[in-house]
Parts: sequence; structure tokens; C-alpha cells
Amino acid sequence: MADLTSDFIGIKSPNPFWLASAPPTDKEYNVRRAFEAGWGGVVWKTLGEEGPPVVNVNGPRYGAIHGADRRLLGLNNIELITDRPLEVNLEEMTRVKRDYPDHAVIASVMVPCEEDAWKKILPMIAETGCDGFELNFGCPHGMAERGMGSAVGQVPEYIEMVARWCKEATDLPVIVKLTPNITNVLYPAEAALRGGADAVSLINTINSITSVNLDAMSPEPMIDGKGTHGGYCGPAVKPIAMNMVAEIARNPETAKLPISGIGGITTWRDAAEFMALGAGNVQVCTAVMTYGFKIVQEMITGLSQWMDEKGYESTADFVGMATPNVTDWQYLNLNHITKAVINEDDCIKCGRCYAACEDTSHQAIEMSEDRVFTVKDDECVACNLCVNVCPVEGCITMRTLEPGELDERTGQPVSADYGNWTAHPNNPSAQAAE
Amino acid sequence: MTNSPFSEGIVAGRLATADLADNFADLHPRLDDHEALVAADRCYFCHDAPCMDACPTDIDIPLFIRQISTGTPEAAATTIFSQNILGGMCARVCPTETLCEEVCVREAAEGKPVEIGRLQRYATDVLMERGVHPFVRAPETGKKIAVVGAGPAGLSCAHRLAMSGHDVTVFDGKAKAGGLNEFGIASYKSVDGFAAREVDWLLQIGGITIETGKTLGNDVTLDGLRAEYDAVFLGVGLGGVNAMGVDGEDKDGVLDAVDFISDLRQASDLSDVAIGRDVVVIGGGMTAVDAAVQAKLLGALNVSLVYRRGTERMNASVFEQNLATSKGVRIITNASPKAMIGNGAVREIEFEYTDNDLKPTGQTVRLAADQVFKAIGQSLDGNDLPDLEGGKIAVDDTGRTSIGGVWAGGDCATGGDDLTVTAVAEGRDAAEDIHATLSA
Repeated sequence: MADLTSDFIGIKSPNPFWLASAPPTDKEYNVRRAFEAGWGGVVWKTLGEEGPPVVNVNGPRYGAIHGADRRLLGLNNIELITDRPLEVNLEEMTRVKRDYPDHAVIASVMVPCEEDAWKKILPMIAETGCDGFELNFGCPHGMAERGMGSAVGQVPEYIEMVARWCKEATDLPVIVKLTPNITNVLYPAEAALRGGADAVSLINTINSITSVNLDAMSPEPMIDGKGTHGGYCGPAVKPIAMNMVAEIARNPETAKLPISGIGGITTWRDAAEFMALGAGNVQVCTAVMTYGFKIVQEMITGLSQWMDEKGYESTADFVGMATPNVTDWQYLNLNHITKAVINEDDCIKCGRCYAACEDTSHQAIEMSEDRVFTVKDDECVACNLCVNVCPVEGCITMRTLEPGELDERTGQPVSADYGNWTAHPNNPSAQAAE
Repeated sequence: MTNSPFSEGIVAGRLATADLADNFADLHPRLDDHEALVAADRCYFCHDAPCMDACPTDIDIPLFIRQISTGTPEAAATTIFSQNILGGMCARVCPTETLCEEVCVREAAEGKPVEIGRLQRYATDVLMERGVHPFVRAPETGKKIAVVGAGPAGLSCAHRLAMSGHDVTVFDGKAKAGGLNEFGIASYKSVDGFAAREVDWLLQIGGITIETGKTLGNDVTLDGLRAEYDAVFLGVGLGGVNAMGVDGEDKDGVLDAVDFISDLRQASDLSDVAIGRDVVVIGGGMTAVDAAVQAKLLGALNVSLVYRRGTERMNASVFEQNLATSKGVRIITNASPKAMIGNGAVREIEFEYTDNDLKPTGQTVRLAADQVFKAIGQSLDGNDLPDLEGGKIAVDDTGRTSIGGVWAGGDCATGGDDLTVTAVAEGRDAAEDIHATLSA
């Protein structure tokens, strides 16, 4: 059976599944239950300075987007960092780490952007026996208004500066948690690297308004008739997060910077996808807030089975394997030609492929009187929309045309050669092929 | 309670009042809000959806389900009513398993269709319970139209005509409007006086006068109506009951199933409805099932539904057959009645086994029976009607008969199955043609 044990920047855990810094990791009670359920590590809910803790709103703090059957697809929150006193959290972390020495306990930290503040708190927290720090430069609501969280994460110079202070203040590994509320994730990632960070984790939540109460005319969650933008997470953000992970992993300057992947991870497959794109491990939050800690059991068995089937002995065997295949559009092979094929035996005749293609694409599907749907190869541009809207998985597939085969749409035979936009005759800046 | 299922003869009160109430409760209660959302989620919003084609009234089913799923069941109801003003009753009585739900792509995919009928019931109930009538009558045209028969076809026709601004008078021989909706449907399919409430709701369009207790040929004549009105629509249904033509058919205890169903529907207290201990229903259609199931629900000890051909030839759907057997009705097939036996009152019936082509086998069997319901079909009743074809009023696609200015639809006319929903479609389409004709 595959070995799921994980070593992420020297931090060992029984598996690569950590709970992200969030409500599920706010206290000892939760974290003990999470470890008993099988989670490999936790990033403790973000700690702030000593003294009176922050206060949260006393109305609703979450908003949501639902899919069919009220499946939770996206969640947003306006919760702040831990609202419990620092010393209480430290006592609990100490007890937990003492009882679970083989599990990872990471302290998420957020204090004002002052050298003294960071250099004072990190040694205090280190006494808990925690395995490392995660600098919360991502939280997009509330704390950002006070110059912390994403207010730091949006300024690469601040990231570099604070990361450096922290590395000077501790020998433990330091992870910088990045905000997605920026235009190019490479700038903050490179800044973290320059500051000496051991790793980055991403993404934190995305600025969002999930819904509007049309009676009260206020964003939800609504507090006394008003709402504010919250941080968006859950399955809906996974594509955004994976792109950012991949951008950092394939960027030459940051290629060796370890990544802890976060963003909508719900199943073993989601985790494997993040790791294939370059994440050394993953962090989960919304999925446990939706289904409870038990989901990790499916993640463990699913990843193990897949690794066994593929012959991967450890997670390190496949981390980053998909990274080299993430490229720029201009390098995609324009001579690779596919056509949609509808399997009539699997087709349930709903006609959604037809409506999508006829109304919004290339009029490349024919519908007969008796509802048989057929692809018109001379019109099909292989856009894949029919595959995506079909309710039956695997009913519509894409067939790759063999070299030499006629592409009925262009009337040209398929070329066996690789040919991309950079050398295409329609490209004004194309270089002539050798 | 003095009687029980074992009491001999035809007696009332075989079951306790509470048990009767349970037995005759709504067969498929309305979905609650949560159930409706879950059911609506399953619709794929098919292109040119097969369910729409299968609906005789062409309701835009994917659209109304999408309207439910977005929290606007009132808009969904309007979508339904714009095609089928009796969408509330059809949601209760349509054999959806042989119409929209049979062709649902999820029936093809998973053997479990979207619950279209129950979603339609949900949407229509929501709007009707608010007392909202979603349509507004066009300016009055001054034209007068007579509709004969206040059943599904007549009501549908009358509503569509009134909506177009015409003045409509509906004549019906019964004391109440509704036709088979009121008198001919199993009680557990339409509870709490729904048929009457639906008529009241429908009449909110205005411009419709209902005259009950007036039958064609007695109180009014076709010639008289033609002289007095700009157009006439006949939706008189099938008032006659087919005779079996066997010995002893006139014995006490041998009744028409339609009368039993009607009396039961109109009974104010189910404890007063008498039923036999050993009940035999002869026939293979919906009426036979409705009678047999209700006989069982009233407390009959043994109820047999006997059909002269095989189950695959029964007009009652598989769903209806399963409903009957689940309630304890025994279905006996390939048996034709030969004689009712008994001294004054029926005691036994003799059947001969027959194959699906009704070829006699010479083998006979007797069933104990103290009450027999005949449900072997209804026929058109009346004189001076337009030309007939196959025992029904011959009509074209728009409901026109052989007589100018006279349209017909529903069970009394050719075209389509004898279903509520078909009658609604035919009444509606005739109204459109009448309107077009009068506007020309």
C-alpha cells in the first residue's frame, strides 16, 4: 500500500492532508477530534497579539452559493482571526502537540506590520512545540482594514520584509500564505522567496459578495441591514487556486519554492490534482465545514488506491508531475485535431448538446426526428462544450484524428508535425519555420 | 361499528371511520417546498423536451420546473395554466407514467423520471391556494357561445372562449359542474372537494354562466342552441354504459361501476357507503381499477378485478394495476363473464377462460360475488347529434363537426384517448378555432 506520510519543508505528518487555518482549527476540542478522524496536520486558527482579542460580528458570518440539490459550491465568510485570548490558544496548542507528536501543528500568525510585534510573538508561540509558522497575509476582510492580512499580502515589499523578520526571529519553518486578491501571484510569491520564506501556501479567500437579499436590498450575510465583502472559498474557487499554484510552480524563479495547496479541495482527486501541479501537500477547510472531519477517510483511501494503481510509492513521486505540461497558449499544438463523438448507446436524448452547439457554438450537431444526435465533422471545431454540458459522463468524447486523416471542416489532411502559433502564417510576428 | 369485512351482503360501515379516512386520503399528497426543490433539481431542461411532446396539452414542462427551482412556483403555475387550465386536476389524475414521465430522459437514464406530475401539482396548488387567477379577460366581443357539458372539455373550452372576450353559457345535466372530474374519479385522487374548487377558480375569468340540470335533448336542443348562439361546443362525454349481455345481468347487486364511483365521490360520509363482502369488478380500464380499489378501501373482504384478455391488453396502466394489487385487489385475466347466478340477488358469477383474441376455451370458473361492478366501457348517448364515426361525434383536428357552427371535443368526440388531459386539449383547441372563426 502506498506510503502517504508527508514531509513538507521538514514538517512530518502521517498524510499530506492538513486542515487550513480557519474555524475548524480554532480550539483544542476540534483539533483533537480532527486528528482522531485522521487528519495529518492542522494550521491553527490565526493567532493575534496579546491583550484583548478581536471581536466577531454577532450576526451571520457565512454566505453561500449552492448547486443542484443544495450542494454547497462556494462559501464566504466575514469571520476574523481567533477571538480567544492568545494564552488560551497557546496552552491548548501545547497540550495538543504533546499528545500528538507525530501530527503537524502549524501556527498561523497575524500581527501588525511592525518588526517588534512579529519578533515578540513568534518565540512565544514556538514554546508550544509547534512545527512551524504560517504568516497570514491573505485574510481579505476586516483585518485588512487594520493594515493586516491581505493589506500586507498585496504589497510584495511588505511580504518580503515581514518574512525576513520572521526568519530572523525563529528557526522553525515559515510559510507565507498568499492572497489571490492581486493581479499576478508571482510578485508576492517571489517576494516571499526573497524574504527567506520556506514555502508559500495558497490561496487564501477571494473578495466576494455571494448574494443579495432582494427584500432588504443588502448583501448577504446581512448584519442589521448591511453586508460587507467576505472571503470566498469552497469547490467554486478550486480552478482559480490551481492556476495560481501552477503559475508559481512553473515560474523559473519560484519553481523550487515549496507550495502548500489550498482552495476548494474536497476529495482525494482534488488533492492529487493540486499536488500534480506542484503542491507538496494540501490544506482543507470548506469541505470539513460542509461534511465534518470524516471526509479525510475517503481522501486517504482514495489517494492510496490511486497511488497503488499508478505505482507511486510516496506522494513525492507525483508532486509536480503535471507542472511541465502547463504551458502558454502560444505553444499549444495547432495541428492536433479532435472531433466530438456521441455514443448513441449511452445517450439519453436530452438534447442539451444540440441546444448548446446550435444556439451558442458552431451548429455542428444534427438532431433527427427521433432524437438521434450526431456530430457534423465538417462543422465541429472540437470546442468540447457538448462534452461539458452532457449529463452522462463519458457519453460524448473527443476523438483525435490520426496524421494523414482528412479534417472535413478544413478539407486538409491532419499534419503529423507539431505546429504552434509562434510559427503560424497568420501570426504577424511569426518566425518562418526552419 | 356494527359491521366488519366479514359481514354478509352489501352493507355500510365495514371499517372504522378513522380507517376509512386514512384509506381515502390523498394518494400523492402535495410535495412540500423542500421536496419540490429536490425534485425540480433533477430536470435536465432538455432541448425540445420529449415530455412536452408527450403531454396532450403541450405544457412547457422544462420551463415550469425551472421556474419552481428558482423559487417562483406561481410563474410555473401560469406556464402550466396557459396550456391547460385544468392543470391542477391533470396533475392529480393524469397517467403520467404513460405520458410525460414515460419519456423523461431520466427514465431512460436511470429508470426514475423527474416527478413531473407531482411538481405540476405543487405549482398549481401554490397559485390556486392563493386564490389568484392568472389570466385577464379580453374586451367583450358580444359573441355568445353555448357549451354543452361542464366536464374537462367543456370547461377548458369555456375558459379559453371567455378569455378571448366571448360570453359563454355552459349547460350540464348534473346538479354540479365538473363532469368526470367531479363524478368519475377515484376519491383518493381528488380530495377535499378539489374538483368543485377548481371550477370556482376557473370561473374567476368571468363571462361564463353555468346552467346545471339541463341536458341536451331534454332541456335544450342542438337546433335551439344553434339558433340562439353564435357557436356551439359539445363536450357531453359518454353518458351511456355498455351492457354485458350475459344471463342474470339484471340481478340485484349488479351495478355500473361509474354509478358506484359517482355515489362514493358525492357521499358526505364514507361510513354510509354500502359495499359487498365479495366484490367482483368486470373490466380492464381505469374505471375498473378505480372501482376495485375503492371497494377494497371501503372494507370489502375480497375484491377481484376480472378482465377478459391479458394484463398487457388492459387499458389501465401498469401503475394503476400495481396500485390495485398493492391495495389487495386480485387481478384475474383471460376470463369472460358468462352468467350471473343467484336467486334474486347475485351470489356467483361464472366465467369462461378466453385467450387474448377472446377465443373460448370451454373451461369455466365461478367466483363468489355479492356485488358486481360492470366497467366494460361507456358509450355516447343522445339523438340529433352531428355525424358519428365509430360511435363518437366525428371531428377534425380543430374540433369541427359535420354541422356548421358546432364543435365537439372530449370523450364524446373522435380523436385522442379518453383522458382528462386530452379533453382539456380538445376543448382548448376548439375554442381557439371558434374564436378564429367568429373573428374572421
